[in-house]
Amino acid sequence: MRALVVDDSTAMRSVLRLIFKKAGFEVLEAANGYEALNKLTEDSTPVDLAVVDWNMPVMNGYELVTKIRSDERYNGMRIMMVTTESEISHIQSVLAKGANEYVMKPFTPDTIQEKLQILGLSAGA
Amino acid sequence: MGLGSVDFDYLRNLVRTHTAIVIDDGKEYLAEARLSPLLRKEGFSSVPELLQSMRVKSFSPLHRRVLDAMTNNETWFFRDLVPFEALRRKVIPEVIQTRGLSRRLNIWSAASSSGQEAYSTLILLHDNFPELNHWQVSILATDYSQAMVDRVKVGRYSQLEVNRGLPITALAKHFVQHGLEWEIAPRFRNMVDCRLMNLAETWPEFPEPDIIFLRNVLIYFDVQTKADILARVHRRLRPDGYLFLGGAETTMGLSDAFERVPFEKTAYYRPKGVNHVS
Repeated sequence: MRALVVDDSTAMRSVLRLIFKKAGFEVLEAANGYEALNKLTEDSTPVDLAVVDWNMPVMNGYELVTKIRSDERYNGMRIMMVTTESEISHIQSVLAKGANEYVMKPFTPDTIQEKLQILGLSAGA
Repeated sequence: MGLGSVDFDYLRNLVRTHTAIVIDDGKEYLAEARLSPLLRKEGFSSVPELLQSMRVKSFSPLHRRVLDAMTNNETWFFRDLVPFEALRRKVIPEVIQTRGLSRRLNIWSAASSSGQEAYSTLILLHDNFPELNHWQVSILATDYSQAMVDRVKVGRYSQLEVNRGLPITALAKHFVQHGLEWEIAPRFRNMVDCRLMNLAETWPEFPEPDIIFLRNVLIYFDVQTKADILARVHRRLRPDGYLFLGGAETTMGLSDAFERVPFEKTAYYRPKGVNHVS
């Protein structure tokens, strides 16, 4: 399985990379939505899961989710938001755009594992 | 200052007397870890100082708070997931078939901690079985800790807690946000009967459960207490009811009164000797 981690913080990308590698994923990284879209078009191997921060320069997570969901090449891709945004209105708006799961920062590795189980993407699923 | 054997033995005797929970040799570090957060609030500078103060007093609210801190309250929504899948795909459809006339469903979440198991179950029923809206469904949530019972009644969870195991759609649909906390919808809160109860002591009367969750609690008791609790569970559970234990727990060697029903990588238990519909 492949995951694309999209976060402008290199420290957060390192944390997420370790967690998803441990969960059995090959991990790609991007620092914002624009870079993420480039990564997806450059590489034809499908990505199973996009792990997306909300607040990023150039293109934020909400815009990225909107673009991914409007492109049928990525129909099978799951999207997990991992963000400090915790307002219910924000959560509802990105779910309406097609995000599948949502983790509010701060979180623990167990949290991610439990969300992967919900998505049917954990090694034990 | 480390925890000496006199203090550690006092603490584990206290825990065993009041909760029947056994703390093994070499678990001094656990006592330090669980009690350290209490020190500042209670005005002590070390765990030995706290325990020495308790030893010269009769049982007080401080003793109760120490016992609360020593018992493991960790849980999360839809913990382990598979038991809830068993509930959704097997158990509840069978219950709907067999209890169609009485339209009553009683569930007991024993050692309910902060209530995530009880509320996960109610969310699952609500989102998957609309026909149960016309049934009388109730959940008894019991715990040894008064602090936990009070938390279940309020039904309020931190951001870290709602992050754990709860599908985001369920959070958005069934909780109300209060700043950094989230409160379960009143329709679920009103279905939960929260009571203080020590599994190792006398049990109060309560409606005969169709389903009992007794997950990840037997592991803390000695063999005799485990066997005694399972015997009482058997007497209280409906003869055609269902028992869920934790993933690492079994009735084997403790009770012959249950049959194991495998489900995917886990199992649930049913009283022996009745022709079940499944």
